[in-house]
Amino acid sequence: MLITNNLSFTYQSANAAMTFPDINCQSGEHWLLLGQSGSGKTTLLHLLGGLLRPKNGVVRIGNTEIQNLKPAALDKFRGKNIGIIFQKPHFVTALTVEENMQLAQYLVNEKQDKNRIKSLLESLNMGHKLHAKTSELSEGEKQRVSIARALINRPEVILADEPTSALDDKNCEEVLKLLETQAKEQNAILLIVTHDNRLKDHFKNQINL
Amino acid sequence: MNILSLSWKNIINKPLSMLLSLLLLALGTGLISILLLVTTQIEDKFEKNQAGVDLIIGAKGSPLQLVLSSMYHIDNPTGNINLNEFEAMMGTHLGRRYIKQAIPISSGDSHKGHRIIGTTQAYPTLYKAELAEGKIWENKFEVTIGSVVAERLEMKIGDTFFSAHGVGGEGDMHEDKPMTVVGIMKPTGSVIDQLLLTGVETVWSVHEEEGVPVDSANREVTAMLIFCRNKFGVLTIPNFVNKQTKMMAASPAMETARLYELTGNGVDVLRILAIIIIVVSGLSIFISLFSSLKERQYELALMRVMGATPLRLFVLVILEGLILAILGYLIGIGLSHLAMYLLETSLEESYQYDFSSSLFLNEEWYLLAGALVLGFIAALIPAIRASRTDISTTLTSNR
Repeated sequence: MLITNNLSFTYQSANAAMTFPDINCQSGEHWLLLGQSGSGKTTLLHLLGGLLRPKNGVVRIGNTEIQNLKPAALDKFRGKNIGIIFQKPHFVTALTVEENMQLAQYLVNEKQDKNRIKSLLESLNMGHKLHAKTSELSEGEKQRVSIARALINRPEVILADEPTSALDDKNCEEVLKLLETQAKEQNAILLIVTHDNRLKDHFKNQINL
Repeated sequence: MNILSLSWKNIINKPLSMLLSLLLLALGTGLISILLLVTTQIEDKFEKNQAGVDLIIGAKGSPLQLVLSSMYHIDNPTGNINLNEFEAMMGTHLGRRYIKQAIPISSGDSHKGHRIIGTTQAYPTLYKAELAEGKIWENKFEVTIGSVVAERLEMKIGDTFFSAHGVGGEGDMHEDKPMTVVGIMKPTGSVIDQLLLTGVETVWSVHEEEGVPVDSANREVTAMLIFCRNKFGVLTIPNFVNKQTKMMAASPAMETARLYELTGNGVDVLRILAIIIIVVSGLSIFISLFSSLKERQYELALMRVMGATPLRLFVLVILEGLILAILGYLIGIGLSHLAMYLLETSLEESYQYDFSSSLFLNEEWYLLAGALVLGFIAALIPAIRASRTDISTTLTSNR
């Protein structure tokens, strides 16, 4: 369950507070958050993911109001319960695909489970790239690995920031399908932030900013 | 996967950017380590070889040369003193009162680069030399040899050889009277390991054969190692000998102190140079970590997203500094011991001592501690910066 209430945020450089509509997503639901550039959708995503702290309001994930967590506790909560996928996938370049996944498990003190990493990557058709350096992957492959990394700790919420805007139609469709099936498998909330019109028809739950 | 292995992988992922820092640190620590190794070993050996000798009496000339040649067997002998004159001095009031013991040293001949010393049995006793096999010389032309001589020249008991004139090993052979090895001594770690010992009479006989008859009037030795009864003797005897006789008395302690003072300046300059190199290497570690952070900003923010606390990122960068420091230190120490290994032979030839490349000094542990402190300080500012990575701003600005 992902619920926001009266959420607002102010950037130091700006005077006016940004306010956001209330969100109420139940477990297993898939949502699309639509908005033009500058509408504050990335800011909202960062608030939901605990990367920014709201000025006012509540972000509740499960039973936790994350705006009240202490910094270290918030870091841990985020790593464990929120999987975030960015528009341009980044990795720790010194590590292989597998090691990047292990790092995600290590940072939240989860057991480093190579079998789970392998099967997750295989389900994304990336099993053969287990020991590849992330810099050797194509953009589509990178996005798939970043999806795998977001899912590795079985988060309650998957947040995706423009996951498809850098991809062509074929890859866009594939990535979308993967996100949906993986989220469904884990009964996680999937919330995609985008201005990509190709996605509009896929989702019945939509929020417009 | 853990923070340590991640630090390690970050370093080996960009080996070239870290290479300069590593080499500089290795150079600095290596230089300091080799200075330590050489100076401590030389000072150790010098001290050990002094063996409590208070004074050396020899022919007039350079006191430093007298000490180096008669005690350490490095330099050429200064010349000879007449034994009768020495005994006359011993017979004076001062001599009887202050001199406890005198051991003759008669040098000038050698065998394949190792010096033959005519002396008495008190000389091996002085260095606590024990026999490995055979016996101490008794008759003329019998020699007892040091362990290094036996090993290097592959000599054993019963071997005979002809001594060569001069200490360099290239002089004419005394080809009429062969010398016989009668004993081999155990290693002592002192200069005696490098010598062939025989009686003073043997040296006299060798030179008698050259047509210079030796009788009680012209018996000569190169030097006398003197033990005094008390400190007062150490101060009084030189004054007396230098003013009243044709001989000269030198204090090994004073002369070696003078020698350290002379070479110390050079060692100090090298040491300062090494410290400068190490400081520059610290600066280089700082710069390479700092610039690598710029490239890795997004990575660090990503790690925060994945649950890393600021403290973890701090530790990550500090560990990178420490790993570089340890690597640089290990390479430096490796290089210095390798250099010592390569230098061993040539140092042994010029100093007549064993040098060890496998010796590990306490000071080298201090050097490790120093390198770790350097790595920590160099990584501190980059680490603080890494720990303050702002996730949201970095992620939005670096797309």
